[in-house]
Amino acid sequence: MGEVRAPRASARDEILGRVRSALQGVEPVTTPVVAPPGAAAPASVGLVDHFAERVADYRAVVVHCPPDGLAAAVAAALPEGARVVVPDGLPDAVLAGITAPVRDAGLSAAELDAVDAVVTCCRVGIAETGTIVLDHEPDQGRRALTLVPDRHVCVVYADQVVADVPDAFPLLDPRRPLTWVSGPSATSDIELDRVEGVHGPRHLHVIVVDEPA
Amino acid sequence: MSTPHTFVGMPRFPEAARAALADTQLRHNLAHATGVIRGKRAAVVAEVENWEELRLAGAAVKERALLGLDAQLVQLEESLTARGAVVHWARDAEEANRIVIDVARAHAVDEVVKVKSMVTQEIGLNEALEASGIAAWETDLAELIVQLGGDLPSHILVPAIHRNRAEIRDVFRRRMGQVGRPAPDDLTDEPAVLAGAAREHLREKFLRARMAVSGANFAVADSGTLVVVESEGNGRMCLTLPEVLVSIVGIEKVVPTWAELDPLLRLLPRSSTGERMNPYTSTWTGITPGDGPQEVHVVLLDNGRTRALADEVGRQALRCIRCSACLNVCPVYERTGGHAYGSVYPGPIGAILNPLLKGTGDPQTDSLPYASSLCGACFEACPVRIDIPEVLVHLRSKVVDSHRDDRVPKPEAVAFRGAAWAFADARRLDRAERLSSVAGRVLRRRGRTSLGRLPGPGGAWTDARDLPVPPAESFRDWWKRTDGGRCDG
Repeated sequence: MGEVRAPRASARDEILGRVRSALQGVEPVTTPVVAPPGAAAPASVGLVDHFAERVADYRAVVVHCPPDGLAAAVAAALPEGARVVVPDGLPDAVLAGITAPVRDAGLSAAELDAVDAVVTCCRVGIAETGTIVLDHEPDQGRRALTLVPDRHVCVVYADQVVADVPDAFPLLDPRRPLTWVSGPSATSDIELDRVEGVHGPRHLHVIVVDEPA
Repeated sequence: MSTPHTFVGMPRFPEAARAALADTQLRHNLAHATGVIRGKRAAVVAEVENWEELRLAGAAVKERALLGLDAQLVQLEESLTARGAVVHWARDAEEANRIVIDVARAHAVDEVVKVKSMVTQEIGLNEALEASGIAAWETDLAELIVQLGGDLPSHILVPAIHRNRAEIRDVFRRRMGQVGRPAPDDLTDEPAVLAGAAREHLREKFLRARMAVSGANFAVADSGTLVVVESEGNGRMCLTLPEVLVSIVGIEKVVPTWAELDPLLRLLPRSSTGERMNPYTSTWTGITPGDGPQEVHVVLLDNGRTRALADEVGRQALRCIRCSACLNVCPVYERTGGHAYGSVYPGPIGAILNPLLKGTGDPQTDSLPYASSLCGACFEACPVRIDIPEVLVHLRSKVVDSHRDDRVPKPEAVAFRGAAWAFADARRLDRAERLSSVAGRVLRRRGRTSLGRLPGPGGAWTDARDLPVPPAESFRDWWKRTDGGRCDG
């Protein structure tokens, strides 16, 4: 890091000193706060369908497939002749749906910008909020992979879906980089009018792999 | 780059508000935008059965972090350092800016990409970088609109809320080409087309940037995790592609444990954009080998926060998670817009946060606690239950207290001293009331129901209010005449 100065001990000590004097006589609360439980999926819909509906609300494309229909569903999610990048640890059942996949061997951002789509798995699906959480393990790849290409095809297995945000927290390791994705990239910065598609993938295609019948 | 624009030297709220109120385009833009977002928020908040319990939990998490802030900060520093991040401490804006400039110089970069961040606006980072020959590119769409237009932000969430689509198209056409890829010739004012132009314009900057600067919505002490909540993906670009990342984090952003982040991630998007969840939330914990920036700096910033923390009534303002729900429900903000508050933190939260961070004594800052009708809508909307009206009243008393020893007393103080003198003696009050009744009868006979602008120092009061003509009969005269209402009419 060359010439970057070491952290200034004096600033640290002064700020902590000011904090302590501001809090004189205050007792800290030592037990973590327990938040109320999240929402349960409506019984009439079921957990996985609730997830699919909520993802679709964000104008993402959501399809269901049986476990043995996964390769076909992946193939159908990709436009003809699309250049597709894949993470190293993508399961064979998913890979089978991709013609001539490009393996991520440390592609540069510019190289990633030249591919059309990326296909990955995820760690958790959250039904109530229609969220997919990536923890960037080998079946999902590093963060840039699911960011630069314009189309993200994401495979979610039914048993990965939980009801609400508090149910996801115990399943996620904060030491991993995490990306919570709720629909395609969007903005409401112009007159609060929601527009899908700014810098992240403009097309989010979610394949829900149902439990075997 | 545009010329640096600043809130420094802004007039007091009442003067700034008068100018804003005269701008009918601005009032139209604001009424439309705040109306839309109020509706969206109400719909998604109503979906959550235990919203009030969730608010209590969110408030409790932030309160717990603040009341043990010294230990929390030390733990955050330890967790971050253990994960390979370099932790810096900055007492004020200048110190924080210096740290960022030093990192940039160490890597010989002449540009940085930026994630939308309130704190970097608070410390004037872009201007400091520019003065050191380093270009700072705002990458959030609204920030881009503000930066290209040489404008000032007017809302926490949607800084260009005061601009409509036609104005934005003009800014893009005029300015994009001067700082990078120009807007396409056939640019229309469709929001989707404008967003597409921003995508093309910024992509080349994302792909070549070597250094990024961000803030953080939350900093988790026990894991060392920073969190950025966003919509467009510009945040992900900045947090992922460059080699070096500097994050400036106000010391009040601490959340004690990973699990306690949960209620805040449930409260923020619904309160802020009126969505069940925002499109992208990124969390990162120091350095991850082979993924994202391999040099990570975190600047822990005070800049007045310890001053706010020392105020027992006011410290609750540090719970703020910058959702901007209080702006959208505020009848004052809806009419004046954000610029009138003269700060990057406008609206009800700005009316308390600015005096708490900066201290009272400056006329502009001192005018802010009065920029409210105390209707309480902000408290109702606040996801972390900041009792803004309570803090406003508290700060008004502080402003008054700070002028008690002035050599030339405020007209308000003179008026109240006069009132105290009159009320202290029944005969004096009698005489004063009789005088005012005579004046009232005369004015009413001339058809007046309210007084116009009062002369002299009283004019400041009547500029923003209608003062009714005094009644023809005082309450005490009425009581005497009617025996307390027993023989009236």
